[in-house]
Amino acid sequence: MKARERLWGYNSMEGFVALYIFMLAAFTGYEVISRVPVILHTPLMSGSNFVHGVVLVGAMVVLGEAQTPFEQAIGFLAVLLGAANAAGGYAVTERMLSMFRSERKQDTTKR
Amino acid sequence: MTTTSFHLIIDSCYFIVALLFILGLKSMSSPVTARRGIIWAGAGMVLATAVTFAWPGMRNYALILLALTIGSSISWWAGKVVRMTDMPQMVALFNGMGGGSAAAIAAIQLSRGTAHSAIAITLSALGALIGTISFSGSCIAFAKLQGILRKAARLPGQNAVNIILATLTIASGIYAVVSGANMSIIAFFTLALLLGVIVTIPIGGADMPVVISLFNAFTGLAVGFEGYALNNPALIIAGIVVGSAGSLLTRLMARAMNRPILNILFKPITGEVMPGTALVTGTLKEISALDAASILRYARKVIIIPGYGMAVGRAQGKVKELTDILEQAGVEFKFAIHPVAGRMPGHMNVLLAEANVPYEKIFDLEEINEEFSGTDAAVVIGANDVVNPAARTDKSSPIYGMPILNADHAQNVIVIKRGKGTGYSGIDNPLFYGDNTRMLYGSAQTVVSELIKHLKEFM
Repeated sequence: MKARERLWGYNSMEGFVALYIFMLAAFTGYEVISRVPVILHTPLMSGSNFVHGVVLVGAMVVLGEAQTPFEQAIGFLAVLLGAANAAGGYAVTERMLSMFRSERKQDTTKR
Repeated sequence: MTTTSFHLIIDSCYFIVALLFILGLKSMSSPVTARRGIIWAGAGMVLATAVTFAWPGMRNYALILLALTIGSSISWWAGKVVRMTDMPQMVALFNGMGGGSAAAIAAIQLSRGTAHSAIAITLSALGALIGTISFSGSCIAFAKLQGILRKAARLPGQNAVNIILATLTIASGIYAVVSGANMSIIAFFTLALLLGVIVTIPIGGADMPVVISLFNAFTGLAVGFEGYALNNPALIIAGIVVGSAGSLLTRLMARAMNRPILNILFKPITGEVMPGTALVTGTLKEISALDAASILRYARKVIIIPGYGMAVGRAQGKVKELTDILEQAGVEFKFAIHPVAGRMPGHMNVLLAEANVPYEKIFDLEEINEEFSGTDAAVVIGANDVVNPAARTDKSSPIYGMPILNADHAQNVIVIKRGKGTGYSGIDNPLFYGDNTRMLYGSAQTVVSELIKHLKEFM
């Protein structure tokens, strides 16, 4: 975004740097999940669902820069949906994982 | 303070946010650290949201706060009160909202036409496409699991319709990017919405968890792409990490069902009898709760196979009580969990954990499948497709090739089932007609309570 480049004097996400981030992030996601026991599949799906709720941040920026009523309306919708994704995702995941809290013997080797 | 130092602070915070997300997800992949994981990721989310208020040149603070409050409070409440058994559709719904948010961001980007490069506008449009599909598809998935939409409907020439609609959508997307005309942007989003609906509607039953996981990965990618268009590293990293983790999770699930992901999307299980399908013959043999209880009481080894019926009947607490009594009676028991039992992988594990069933009693398909032949009684509680032997033998069966739990190898099979209908996928199950199978009709909650009552009389 030009505005940011101007304000900032440089653009941190220039061209290929972003592509490298894409690549490394993809490998990270793959690695993080490759050794997950089946019992955690549902909580992890829910947890990753929560993490992409960070779209809220993008929505806030967009609404913050909105000029016309049209942009405000769509931006409002974006923040509303993003906030719902993040808050609901957290509530659900936390509830699921709270069941793993007890002191029962934890079998971590099971896949 | 200059705006440059503002940006330095914001970017440092986003860096910490990305780190917290990755560490959080990593922790969530082990039962010991899982709870810590969600708390870290939650802290990351709070930090990301808070620091974004400091973004230079922001306006509309009142609107932002209003949307933030309404959206988060309603869904927080919904997430807290939803029953454990309804979790899968809740995840689908929240995921759809994330996709919708990414699509809305893209809509503004496209209509402004001020993206910083050709790559940015292309990725933005791509994010719009998959975000919108994820939104409408997840809503359909929610409606199906919630029981609002009941049957998997298949259009005549479904695949052709899919392909034509997909082509039209992509074409309108390209036109929207090149021309930037408002009408073409609206057409693009409408077509993408429709595509999500049309692709998801025919998918039924056992395939739904895989589809939800796929849409989860879609939303992740959409968020990552919008992150690029917005120049926001937190969005890029969180989005792409979730996109790739979600894709892998989808593949793990699809592999567990032995159903390639393309078949799930384009050759859905519909329960239609295909030509050449062997008709199931024999009779269903009913058993009373009393007789079933005596089989269990005098068994040496019992394997319990829970399915969606247990979830619907909210019988997990009763089932735990049943196993406590069996343990007192000296009967060895184990739980066998099929990877796709319920509506999400691990759904049964979550429910059993809620009922305090010890982990060491719960076994995966590969771990336990050999043991059925040495088992006196297999108790199937509201499971159907995951124990259907047609998957092993009947080449014409829509679920042929899916690994199943070999319940039919046990000495006795007791099937607890609500009624005589077929399972969620609508396929008839030869197991129920087997010589060693007895049917115990009723809701899981009632039937298990009766079993407990009779078992106590035997003690």
